[in-house]
Amino acid sequence: MKKLSMVLLVLFSSQLFAAGGHIELQSARIDLDNKASLQRGAKYFVNYCLSCHSAKQLRYSRMGTDLGISPELVELNLMFTGEKIFDGMTISMRPKDAEKWFGVNPPDLSLIARSRGSDWLYTYLKSFYIDESRPFGVDNALFPKVGMPHVLADLQGMQKAVYKDVELEDGSIRKVIERLEIVEPGRMNEKEFDKAMNDLVNFMTYMGEPAKLERQRLGWKVLMFILVMLGIFYFLKKEYWKDIH
Amino acid sequence: MSSMLKNALGWMDDRFPLSKVWNEHLAEYYAPKNFNWMYYFGSLAMLVLVNQIITGIFLTINYKPDAKLAFDSVEYIMRDVEWGWLIRYMHSTGASAFFVVVYLHMFRGLVYGSFKKPRELVWTFGMIIYVALMAEAFMGYLLPWGQMSYWGAQVIVSLFGAIPYVGEDLALWLRGDYVISDATLNRFFAFHVIAIPLVLVILVFMHIVALHAVGSNNPEGIEIKKHKDDKGVPLDGIPFHPYYSVKDLVGVAVFLFIFALIIFYMPEMGGYFLEHANFVPADPLKTPEHIAPVWYFTPFYAVLRAVPDKFLGVVAMAGAIIVLFLLPWLDRGVNKSIRYRGPVFKAAIVAFCISFIGLGYFGMQPVTAVGTWFSRFFSLIYFAFFLLMPFYSNIGQDKYVPERVEEK
Repeated sequence: MKKLSMVLLVLFSSQLFAAGGHIELQSARIDLDNKASLQRGAKYFVNYCLSCHSAKQLRYSRMGTDLGISPELVELNLMFTGEKIFDGMTISMRPKDAEKWFGVNPPDLSLIARSRGSDWLYTYLKSFYIDESRPFGVDNALFPKVGMPHVLADLQGMQKAVYKDVELEDGSIRKVIERLEIVEPGRMNEKEFDKAMNDLVNFMTYMGEPAKLERQRLGWKVLMFILVMLGIFYFLKKEYWKDIH
Repeated sequence: MSSMLKNALGWMDDRFPLSKVWNEHLAEYYAPKNFNWMYYFGSLAMLVLVNQIITGIFLTINYKPDAKLAFDSVEYIMRDVEWGWLIRYMHSTGASAFFVVVYLHMFRGLVYGSFKKPRELVWTFGMIIYVALMAEAFMGYLLPWGQMSYWGAQVIVSLFGAIPYVGEDLALWLRGDYVISDATLNRFFAFHVIAIPLVLVILVFMHIVALHAVGSNNPEGIEIKKHKDDKGVPLDGIPFHPYYSVKDLVGVAVFLFIFALIIFYMPEMGGYFLEHANFVPADPLKTPEHIAPVWYFTPFYAVLRAVPDKFLGVVAMAGAIIVLFLLPWLDRGVNKSIRYRGPVFKAAIVAFCISFIGLGYFGMQPVTAVGTWFSRFFSLIYFAFFLLMPFYSNIGQDKYVPERVEEK
């Protein structure tokens, strides 16, 4: 039975392994209709992400319109470096410098929710833990050896990894991370931080595809229209075919 | 008013065979009256072709075939172009829908013997359409210039390099560079928007002309032209228009419902229609952990990977497509429809379907020992299905096949 489940695991969970880390993803509970959450997420994004990561595909103006923030408020609260409202969210750090400082150029995050998935981002943001052997003193349980420092440490505090021993198929013992534990509290408690990350990932999901809400709102109308046409076509066919046996 | 229209039509008919073509191909083209739901997929394939051409034209208006600009121009379409997201999703979903519809259309032909005499050329033209469609889809997939676009093209083009002597030069010639690059993107764009669509339209025309010359097959596999009334109209035939034109509208509506459902609520289809890794811009220096072609190529990709030697793998993959061309001459069965064929043939069809789907599944997965053995097993069944067909296809067929489409 154990062998069979191993075979099944190898067959069906390859994507899990391909992601690198071996921890379970947590649900980001995305709700794009929650404007307040998206607005809070935008605030976290420009404050914590947008100095190293760009999101060049998203224009400030579009974000303002979609999130219900007036252009004045966007300029006042969300724009810090003298861009124009119709500009994309770019950064001034040069890729060459970034590579020198972090080892890699921090990727543009416009589409990160579409390539990694919302749950992955949510779990990733919560999975930094103390590891003095790394350049920034932290590693990530979901994305081992990542070049990013724990920028959210002042909100979350610092976590340490609690390990457990796992016996592998061949009988050897391997240490794996069982869970992460807060050792130095930050400005938020665990619940508040989860909610903040919810908001942030919610915003990043919106950012990946701003037209998503529009398409979902339009979709059912199109489907209803097609259903009505289907009804008409069905009876038209019946009418035409009534003499054919 | 109607006499004016009649005069206009008469004027036209004296100069162009409008009424003649209309009658020959629609109003007086007699199709068997017993088509079932599997006969929707031909007209649906045409619908998808039209969808691809029209949405494609609108996409080219804003797309930039330039390695530096391509990825961002697609996002520009998704975000800044009015209805751009809808047009793009119609096109990307249309690509997968095209293959769904074409695979079902081919399966219909397979089970009802629509490839058998006198319809060998209908099948052959159809197969050329299928190969052209694969080239069209492959080249189109490079255009968004994402990671999967780039590395998928890299893998597939490098396969040509496995051909002895001329392979490397051939791959170089195809790419226009030593790696997939801006030069490749430009030529793939040219092929994707002009060369292959043109070929496709001409082939579809020939497919239909050939079909209308010999007449449609049907689920019973009966030749309706054997029994005609004194005016030469097949007794079991009904005019395509209006009977099948209104019937096909029902199929169109059902198709559009599913099509719209995907476009509006799951355009990525869980990573099968739009792969997640393709939302990362192409990076020639960073190979993705797992490169997989889009789902409609994976059966053949699995055959390729099942063979340990690269060149022989390419041969096997090409062979998997070539045997499909030979189908009309491999099948020795007298009866056309699966309804009147022997149990061995029926079982073979089931085994073939399982192996084709199985290959499709394992072609998507990263290489594992188990997966490779499954792929080898399914590849064997795939080839055995075709190559052994001359020996098993006439075993145990029904002696009695009705002469006429029976009245319900």
